[in-house]
Amino acid sequence: MTSPFSGGAAIAGIGATEFSKNSGRSEWQLACEAVLAALDDARIGVEEVDGFALFTMETNPEIAVARALGIPELTFFSRIPHGGGGACAPVQQAALAVTSGVADVVVVYRAFNERSGHRFGQGPPPFAYNQNTDQEYRNWINPYGLLTPAQQEAFLARLYMEKYGATSADFGQVSVLSRKHAATNPKAWFFERPITIEEHQASRMIADPLRLLDCCQESDGGQALVIVSTERARDLPHPPAVITGAAQGVGPQQISMSSYYRDDIDAMPEVELVAQQLWRQAGIGPDDIDAAILYDAFTPMVLLQLEEYGFCGRGEARHFIADGNLEVDGRLPVNTNGGQLGEGYIHGVNGIAEGVRLVRGTSVNQPTKTIDNVLVTGGSPVPHSALVLAADR
Amino acid sequence: MTDAPQERRTAVPGLTVTQDNEFFFTAAREGRLEIQRCTDCKALRHPPGPACPSCRSFEWDTVTASGRCTLHSWTVVHHPQDPAFTYPLAVGLVDLEEGTRLVADISGVDHADLRRGLELEVGFAEHAHGEVLPQLRPAGTTAGTRGGSR
Repeated sequence: MTSPFSGGAAIAGIGATEFSKNSGRSEWQLACEAVLAALDDARIGVEEVDGFALFTMETNPEIAVARALGIPELTFFSRIPHGGGGACAPVQQAALAVTSGVADVVVVYRAFNERSGHRFGQGPPPFAYNQNTDQEYRNWINPYGLLTPAQQEAFLARLYMEKYGATSADFGQVSVLSRKHAATNPKAWFFERPITIEEHQASRMIADPLRLLDCCQESDGGQALVIVSTERARDLPHPPAVITGAAQGVGPQQISMSSYYRDDIDAMPEVELVAQQLWRQAGIGPDDIDAAILYDAFTPMVLLQLEEYGFCGRGEARHFIADGNLEVDGRLPVNTNGGQLGEGYIHGVNGIAEGVRLVRGTSVNQPTKTIDNVLVTGGSPVPHSALVLAADR
Repeated sequence: MTDAPQERRTAVPGLTVTQDNEFFFTAAREGRLEIQRCTDCKALRHPPGPACPSCRSFEWDTVTASGRCTLHSWTVVHHPQDPAFTYPLAVGLVDLEEGTRLVADISGVDHADLRRGLELEVGFAEHAHGEVLPQLRPAGTTAGTRGGSR
């Protein structure tokens, strides 16, 4: 049984600024540039935009972008919380809006100076100092020295190693693979700069067991996506990336970055919940996924997500990777753009764009096999979201 | 004085103290670790909240923990460094004897000795803003697990 909105909307345009460490211009301008680039890619007029779906963390509000670009009217605007965990959910919002007739052209964007401005890896974000229920969870981690995402995620990585015998070098496989893919992607910050597992192992410790090269980049840049009905997308220049699955998930006793009080802290029931919805909506299973963009803020989460999505058994991801499955011509090419470790960190939205390119057949690391279904995931261990993007066949 | 090094301020946010969790911080100042307990179904919960996730009761009291605990997972933080702490900084997630878990920084344990199941005790120390909060220490080294036998 597929979902009523499954297949009814598609990503018809993608556009981005360069991904850098110092953009030299305002976040507002980055957002506007990305939106215009995505609309140009879709060959849709700017004045036709009638909806936006964004992160709550987005600092460039939809009305600022609409004003700057002279977009006259918006009938739909929505925000999704939980940072990268929610990365795919604005696309779900867009698909729901388009298939229900609330809006016709919905744009999703994420734009920031996350390296030259506030860096997520340096400490709590500005809103962390709001004293309300939303930030109350910080009482139980921040005062003890867990201040950054890497530090907060390290408990899970450590326990995963202890339970399944995984090592830092197993995590490093993801880093090496991402940098290999980035090395052939001119848009990637780490273009032509692959690394070896020895370099990963020699990189400095950040929050044991996470090393520097287990951590994604911090980047300046913007990425936008244009969502319209699949019917309309068929009349546009690029092959549609049809949204056949789009889901959100919160699991039992969920806490942002610190669901430490569940029986198994290395299991992520919110990811499993999203996976089940996707398979039901799209009428497929993990065996039907031809490529995946897995949210890689930190390398261990790629292993855990491979397991939660059912590509391999619990504790087996390191072997699944070592067997070459994630390579461009492997069973499940992963993060072919270089991911956020290699291409850039645009809070997962640049990964959605790569999912679109894989469906179009235009990735710089396009697998030789036919790509019918691509899984794109948001971050973990936070409330989660993901998409299945399909070729229109 | 203009060339004196500027003292870096801690990035640790201040506590968000509410009617749901104030008991924890008050007890910590007095050297006790309190765990919230539903007075209807008796389930313990941590971190604190207004209602019991098992039976939805808003009625609760607290029990004093013994402080005895074992290490469930841990990290040793190297970077970035906040002026409120000494680095490398070990931080642990422990299983309390009573059944709930707790996060706190670890003092007095050689980082090479950190392992799952390591027996620890909850002590108390001043943290970033002068607030007294739990701190994990080797089992048997904390002077008082005050009130644990009450």
